[in-house]
Amino acid sequence: MTEISKIPATSIKSDERMKKVSVLTSLMRRPELGAVAGLLMVVTFFFFTADTSMFSLSGLMTILAPASQLGILAIAASMLMIGGEFDLSIGSMVAFAGLTFGGLLVNFGQPLWIAILFTLLFAAMLGAVNGQIVIRTRLPSFIVTLAFLFILRGLTLVGLKWATGGSTQLRGISEAVGDTSIASLFSGLAFQGFFAWLAENDLIEKFDNGIPKVAGVPVSVVWFVGLAGVATWVLLRTRVGNWIFAVGGDANAARNSGVPVDRVKTGLFALTACAAALVAIITVVDAGSTDARRGFQKEFEAIIAAVIGGSLLTGGYGSAIGAFFGAIIFGLVSIGLTYTKFDSDWFQVFLGSMLLLAVLFNNFIRRKVTGER
Amino acid sequence: MADMKSHSAAAIIEAKDIVKHYGSVIALSGISMKVLQGEVLCLLGDNGAGKSTLIKTLSGVVKPSGGELLVDGKPVTFSSPRDALDAGIATVYQDLAMIPLMSVTRNFFMGREPRKGIPPFRYIDFKHCDAVTREEMHKIGIDVRDPNQAVGTLSGGERQCVAIARAVYFGAKVLILDEPTSALGVAQTSMVLKYINHVQQNGLGVIFITHNVRHAFAVGNRFTILNRGKTLGTYAKSEISIDELQNMMAGGKELQALSNELGGTI
Repeated sequence: MTEISKIPATSIKSDERMKKVSVLTSLMRRPELGAVAGLLMVVTFFFFTADTSMFSLSGLMTILAPASQLGILAIAASMLMIGGEFDLSIGSMVAFAGLTFGGLLVNFGQPLWIAILFTLLFAAMLGAVNGQIVIRTRLPSFIVTLAFLFILRGLTLVGLKWATGGSTQLRGISEAVGDTSIASLFSGLAFQGFFAWLAENDLIEKFDNGIPKVAGVPVSVVWFVGLAGVATWVLLRTRVGNWIFAVGGDANAARNSGVPVDRVKTGLFALTACAAALVAIITVVDAGSTDARRGFQKEFEAIIAAVIGGSLLTGGYGSAIGAFFGAIIFGLVSIGLTYTKFDSDWFQVFLGSMLLLAVLFNNFIRRKVTGER
Repeated sequence: MADMKSHSAAAIIEAKDIVKHYGSVIALSGISMKVLQGEVLCLLGDNGAGKSTLIKTLSGVVKPSGGELLVDGKPVTFSSPRDALDAGIATVYQDLAMIPLMSVTRNFFMGREPRKGIPPFRYIDFKHCDAVTREEMHKIGIDVRDPNQAVGTLSGGERQCVAIARAVYFGAKVLILDEPTSALGVAQTSMVLKYINHVQQNGLGVIFITHNVRHAFAVGNRFTILNRGKTLGTYAKSEISIDELQNMMAGGKELQALSNELGGTI
């Protein structure tokens, strides 16, 4: 916006039919506007209905922990959606990556860093396979990844039974992980020193013995915030970001302009699978075990969060920061209802309504942005 | 002008006996054509004449099954649109030129984003991009007040002009324009034709594909007529009239009869 003022007024012929770009219009161009509005709505709702403890520091952490795990998936899913594709297999990928990770640690006795590296690489490879099938067959990614939703879930069950000798839960991961510094990157709390310092100075609540009531930020939240920042930067400021918008907006036009469409799409599928693997690693290390239901229905939740965040189902438009807020809305509502007098089973009703509202709003915004009449 | 003519005796791009088969379908059966510097070559032909296939061949989207492609007199083979772009051949497609949801700037630099910074932290210099976009648009008389506005908000003619300006800015030597005026109204058509004229005067070669003889005659120097995958001939503007062109393009008398019946309005 500051650019306009630098150009001398005389160099621009004004067209009397053009209206000035209002602040509102330029705000509307931000895809995450809907998510921010939704977040404000939800916070206001809980402000008046929920117990005040929801808005305490510990209440916040209780909300952010599940929101962050979903958010990591949602950010990747939104990038893939902007790139014009879906991945319905990410929930199953969480389970499958959890099995891969757990199996490497427990059954093959590999050190933690090898297990992490291999799990991420293996997931990226599977994601790339998904992408290549979509590109080569030109089938909708919806169908291809729906197939993988079942294939990976099934493989997880079979693999778990094989790894455990008949059970669907693989235990003993905490023992295999041990207490290494790498583990602290994926589990537990971050900034504990800072929180202890805050408690010492009476800036946050503490127990009588001086230990802060909230000892730190869950590591997954740090990943979540970090990824949202990186993804936003990539989308808005880099060449790859421009390519992602381009392939989702119109793959043919992008290809004709020299954008490597297939590479971008394959990369996005690999990234999405990696995000699923990261969530698997974080949750498995935290829980100390993995089971067949890990990541169940997370693909839908991630896509819903991305849509609430302003990503269009048709691709080419959306934002990572929107998915970030979408995931927080998700966390707020799912956890927040327990702080109110409402039956927490209202959650799904609320969720469906949010989704419908978001899609209607996004379509309206898209018409505004492109000037469709 | 005379100096330029002698200089441009060599073709910027030349196709020799280009053949393209799609399975058992013969789309092109031996097309030859060339474009000189600073001239507009019009490719005329009815639907199914092979115009699109020829463009796709020249722009690296498909590989020809036979024949030779010369750029500046040297034989080349393109394996992707990128190769053709790098050789200075830019194609502006009818409706696939721009992405409506993306901003004018993002469209302008799509596929050729200038970057700053140290890898892996390189980023697009949007300040510079916005300034360039606004300036280039201003040159062609389109006032983009906000280069961050979506391309979808521009009119069809403006979009074509943005696409052409983009190709010119990135150093195209030959512009292939695929029916740039077919979906436009009168005012917008004249805006695009004017711009084609402007580009030609700057010494670029232009291949203008159309099935509107009037549009072709307005800006063309030479006319190549395609029919059923073959060239029916190439004529300089002085050698042919607008009516003869129309007849050749339609491939004969049937249309002539129909045209007479309708009072010569086609």
